[in-house]
Amino acid sequence: MKKPKVLMLGWEFPPYKSGGLGTACYDLTKGLAKLGTRVTFVMPFAPTGARAEYVNLLGAAKLLKNVKIKTITSTLRAYHTSTTYAQTLAETHVSLTGTAGAVYGKNLYEEVQRYTHVAQELKNRTFDVIHAHDWMTYPAGLALKKKTKKPLIVHLHATEFDRTAGNPDPRISHIEYEGLCGADHIITNSHFSKQNILKHYAIPENKIEVVHWGIDDEHIPSPTEKTLPHHSVLFLGRVTVQKGPDYFVEAAKHVLAFEPNTKFIVVGDGDMLPRIINRTCELGIADKFIFTGALKGADVHRAFQNASVYVMPSVSEPFGLVALEAIKNGTPVILSKTSGVSEVVSHALKADFWDTKSLAEKIVSVLRHAPLREELRKNSLTESKQFTLIEPARKVLDAYRRLTGKH
Amino acid sequence: MTNICLYFQVHQPYRIKQYPLFDIGKHAPYFDEHKNAEIMRKVARKCYVPTTQLLLDLIHKHPSFCCSFSITGTALEQFEKYSPEVLEQFEKLAATGRVEFLSETYHHSLSFLYDAEEFDHQIALHKKAMKMHFGAKPTVFRNTELIYHNALAAHLEKAGYAAVLAEGWDGFLGWRSPDYVYKAAGTKNVKLLLKNYRLSDDIAFRFGNKSWNGYPLTADKYAGWIAPVMGDSINLFMDFETFGEHQWEDTGIFEFMKHLPFALDRHNIGFHLPSDAACAEPKDELDIHHPISWADTERDTSAWLGNQMQTSAIAKLYRLKKDVLATKNAHIIDSWRKLTTSDHFYYMCTKWFSDGDVHKYFNPHNSPYEAYISFMNVISDLEIAAKKKNPGMFTKLAKLLEVSA
Repeated sequence: MKKPKVLMLGWEFPPYKSGGLGTACYDLTKGLAKLGTRVTFVMPFAPTGARAEYVNLLGAAKLLKNVKIKTITSTLRAYHTSTTYAQTLAETHVSLTGTAGAVYGKNLYEEVQRYTHVAQELKNRTFDVIHAHDWMTYPAGLALKKKTKKPLIVHLHATEFDRTAGNPDPRISHIEYEGLCGADHIITNSHFSKQNILKHYAIPENKIEVVHWGIDDEHIPSPTEKTLPHHSVLFLGRVTVQKGPDYFVEAAKHVLAFEPNTKFIVVGDGDMLPRIINRTCELGIADKFIFTGALKGADVHRAFQNASVYVMPSVSEPFGLVALEAIKNGTPVILSKTSGVSEVVSHALKADFWDTKSLAEKIVSVLRHAPLREELRKNSLTESKQFTLIEPARKVLDAYRRLTGKH
Repeated sequence: MTNICLYFQVHQPYRIKQYPLFDIGKHAPYFDEHKNAEIMRKVARKCYVPTTQLLLDLIHKHPSFCCSFSITGTALEQFEKYSPEVLEQFEKLAATGRVEFLSETYHHSLSFLYDAEEFDHQIALHKKAMKMHFGAKPTVFRNTELIYHNALAAHLEKAGYAAVLAEGWDGFLGWRSPDYVYKAAGTKNVKLLLKNYRLSDDIAFRFGNKSWNGYPLTADKYAGWIAPVMGDSINLFMDFETFGEHQWEDTGIFEFMKHLPFALDRHNIGFHLPSDAACAEPKDELDIHHPISWADTERDTSAWLGNQMQTSAIAKLYRLKKDVLATKNAHIIDSWRKLTTSDHFYYMCTKWFSDGDVHKYFNPHNSPYEAYISFMNVISDLEIAAKKKNPGMFTKLAKLLEVSA
């Protein structure tokens, strides 16, 4: 029998959109393509973007044979909220008509609707299974399933409850709920995340499969010279309530009481950034902080390699691929217990994100004790070798086979 | 006639608390009294009390059953504190005259590898305790975790010991059998009694394992395995906690032990004590340069000293000794000695941490890394206490905090 063909409703590949969602989509597609699965990858695409870049990226990874890219011009971005959508829309220049609002949805929900509508044109393509990543693509997935009677997998990378640290936008959580209900199969990235789905959405447990993520180590450059004179502690991720940057700052205050020469590096952008900067001023520790904004490509690796320790104080982290990137770069990690990655990495220190004293204690211990740093680094690096890209892709392919009956 | 030599190790460490960084310099209590009491009472109930009773009954019923123990000072102290009935049981066993007590370091430490003077001191402390509790004068030595190399035997010969226990590992035995007595290289006449690890581990590790092809192991079956073995002494060495704790009661371990001496009788196999076993003529000399132990497949010291955290922590601990002894403060010195117990370093072992095996099962800390952090915080605090001009304050403060805790 023929292998199942996949219509994947995903998100922009890195380096265009930083964040786990784009990386996860790219890595999964790559893994599937390596296993010989044919994927039509659909993504909302910036009106001003340069499509050729993706084709080059896939070409470089020798994936063009199995992957077809289909872009839908849209102002949707991974991790959009109503507010950030309005900003994107305002920045989008549309020639002739003058206002972007005339072409794209006036708000996030309208644009999701418009995207759903446009995506239905894909119904005539050849595919056996639909695979939709996170809530904005769920309505399109459901609509296509209805039109084509093909099975739908919804892949949940984060619930609205994770993204908002427990203060969901009811419109979004409703869309999420409908997607989860209407799907034939749900894939999520951790047991932690599965528990969240069960808790918030009461979905039958047997419909949910946990597929832990892996990481591609082909692109990790060899370590560079450390450029910072003192110890540094790294936060890297979106500076949003989900990622717990505020706990990072509070922990820093405790750390500095013990190790006053420590620098704290915050890599990333997000709506909480101004508040975080203010807080470092209030605490009188602003001079100990460096805010770099979001970084791309080689700079991300440099950030990891320069850090004495990477801290992931996430309030709710369905997986936390970035922690694996830190480990692959030879940086010891301190992980929030409320994260998926802490389920699979044993050679890490783990703390409750809210317990900033315990977080600080672990940071100080890693800074003070070179043997601790070295053992964590060495053992987690060895352990990380088992988190490959092919393993999750294989599990996802198995799910396709079960749903389609095609092997 | 072949004889079996039984030796059981009895040990409980003083587990340390999850000692916060913020308490360094505050001299909060180091040891987790609550957890230590709880574990001691649990093991007493599941293992120590029923097994000592079983052995007392065996000695009563069987004409020649005998066995030996090595009981650490830290275990004895905790018996006294948390379950005195266990100590009484051992006293009863001592009174039968059919039990031998071995010599070891009071604190179950790795001191021989770091500080020979401290090693001698801890042996002396242990001897005193053996005399006091059991009226015993040990002549056979057992080092922590059966760690052994030539230097140990040479050192013990000077102290007048007749024999030392060691692992009977093929790695150095080659074709030779562990069931004979050997002479330690570099000594005039120190005998080595080697553990028959296959027969010992059949009881200690495999007994309750349903996927093992020897399962279920009955006393008769086991006696049948022993019967054809040639040798002067088949040495079955194991943790006493094998009975009821490592192998739970429902595995049938107690029934097995109850019947074993009688099953062996039917094959004309008897029992003798280590000091009797050591009287046999040595068959050969064993030359062991690097420390071996009874642990893991490597049979080396890597479970305690295999990574940088372990070696740096222990080095820092022994570096502190001079300052600690100089305080002449009994509480500080005692705390320091309790920290020399090998278990603290075992908890920092990362070898198979990811597989969640035996190392994890016995670890009171969440991970080897947290075990290291707590230990380093404790010794940082102890260092401050030892270097204070008025260490008496330490005792007062520690007592005060202990009461309030």
